[in-house]
Amino acid sequence: MRLDLRVVRIHGDDIDTDVLYPGPFLNIEDPELMKNHLFEGLDPTLRERLGGDTALVVDANFGSGSSREHVPRAMKSSGVRCVVARSFARIFYRNCINLGLLAVAAPEIVAAADDDALLSIDLAARTAAIGGRTIPLAGLNPLIVETVAAGGFVEWARQHPPASARDGGVVRR
Amino acid sequence: MGHTLTEKIVLAHADVDQVAPGDVVMLRCDVVLTNDISGPMAIATLARMGVERVFDPGRVVVVPDHFVPAKDVRSAELQKRLKDWADGQGVAFYGQGRGGIEHAVLVEDGWVLPGTVVAGGDSHTCTLGALGAFGTGLGSTDIAACLAYGHFWQVVPGTIQVELTGALGAFASGKDVIFEVLDQIGVAGGTGQVLEFVGEGAHRLTIDERLAVANMAVEAGSENGLFPADDTTAAYLAGRARSTWVAGASDPDAAIAKRISIDLDHLGPLVARPWSPGNIAALDDVIGTPVDQVYIGNCSNGTMTDLRQAASILDGRKVHPRTRALVVPATQKVYAEALTEGLIDVFVAAGVMVSTPTCGACFGGSNGILAEGEIAVATTNRNFRGRMGAGSSRIYLANAHVAAAAAVAGELVDPSTVVEVVSG
Repeated sequence: MRLDLRVVRIHGDDIDTDVLYPGPFLNIEDPELMKNHLFEGLDPTLRERLGGDTALVVDANFGSGSSREHVPRAMKSSGVRCVVARSFARIFYRNCINLGLLAVAAPEIVAAADDDALLSIDLAARTAAIGGRTIPLAGLNPLIVETVAAGGFVEWARQHPPASARDGGVVRR
Repeated sequence: MGHTLTEKIVLAHADVDQVAPGDVVMLRCDVVLTNDISGPMAIATLARMGVERVFDPGRVVVVPDHFVPAKDVRSAELQKRLKDWADGQGVAFYGQGRGGIEHAVLVEDGWVLPGTVVAGGDSHTCTLGALGAFGTGLGSTDIAACLAYGHFWQVVPGTIQVELTGALGAFASGKDVIFEVLDQIGVAGGTGQVLEFVGEGAHRLTIDERLAVANMAVEAGSENGLFPADDTTAAYLAGRARSTWVAGASDPDAAIAKRISIDLDHLGPLVARPWSPGNIAALDDVIGTPVDQVYIGNCSNGTMTDLRQAASILDGRKVHPRTRALVVPATQKVYAEALTEGLIDVFVAAGVMVSTPTCGACFGGSNGILAEGEIAVATTNRNFRGRMGAGSSRIYLANAHVAAAAAVAGELVDPSTVVEVVSG
């Protein structure tokens, strides 16, 4: 899986899911409608900059707070293909992976990424290329790569049906 | 090398012989919880997975609580679909007026047991660690996986041990304990970790106080706020637990990522200033801040303990003319108990609005939304920008004593001055 992306850079640590997608809109179910409220509490004009090839590049503890899956759903329907952060809050990260939205914690990429920079990610090779540099992607668990490559947890589960409903899994380092 | 309590819980819920922080395991759930926001989305995902029946109806609990009572047609449709689905699956369903706020309902009704795994479609599922469970918040796709297969992928967390010594003084509460943790480690300091509370000070905390502490573990980025079960836990669960359980604790030689300590004897009331739960200050530093709205309630601090604290300050007094105040009991049972104890009378006489249990304005849903520029003091768990309404509104998070005192004074004050001035 190879992605050729254009960077949209959002600055600031601890950006929470409330500003990314405020509570009053949590009763919306259609991702096409969700995207109208993405970044509502942060900077709604950011919406205009998202296209079919967007890499959101963000700072530390991105997506802190609520478990609302509306945030990555709205990102996906807005054309975000990948989120690169210095670090992620746990549930937001899980939600991205489960929806097949690549989320990578890579401070080195963040440091090199300005608005509109071109970022290439080769998931099979576990590398990213930006500004003429190749940066290895560390800490990507095989299960997480498989899930993203499959297109999300639903698709992954279809390819890996549990032997029984109570089948606990394998440790994958 | 021994194991942490969390590692022991993981070992008992995954088909693995050994674990270390960072491993990814498939973790079996003892209980799966969902609500009117994460639930309908999870149900739709379940359908997309081609799964018609949940893995075990006896292990699934559905509690509509967010946009409850329905604030508009869209919310009503979600709640109707959730109820119809729950009825069709034969899972436990706490209908409106019968349950309350999900985490409080699960604890109160014996679903949460030490050593168990509870997967909840709400970030504050970490509250359930107060009873020694691994309760953790998940999104809708995770919840769909749990409903379908009874398990979810989990990165084995490390453990930060928080040693509590001493005992809480007057006007300090469980809320201040977690504020102090947030002040020490920050809003990302617990990422990939469980906060485990140990020491004589931890044993001295009541279940309500432990719930207040555990509830905001996620505000430090943590997966769970864990109180290993003790005699207090056992007494609380007697006659309530839905199954047998065994207490557990971390081994003395377990690998602990970090240790911090808090002396409860010297823990004064603290507040979290806008716009972060980690923006902690001593109450003294914010005294005199005018207050438009006081909100006492939610999944962290809508317990009988909180309501009693608030009533002790509001008894015989009035809410200040410039301020409006809401009390939101966490569950219908808390509401009924407060009624029996006369607390509701105190609130109504003081000019407080008393609401049915709901997540309501805590997440900006309904039932107490702030206008531009307004300032609230809330016993809730998040004060992010716009969390309770308009983008320029500001929320100070505080314990119930401080919130009630602010309602009386119309500004942030030391609760002891309210009690003294008016009674003296």
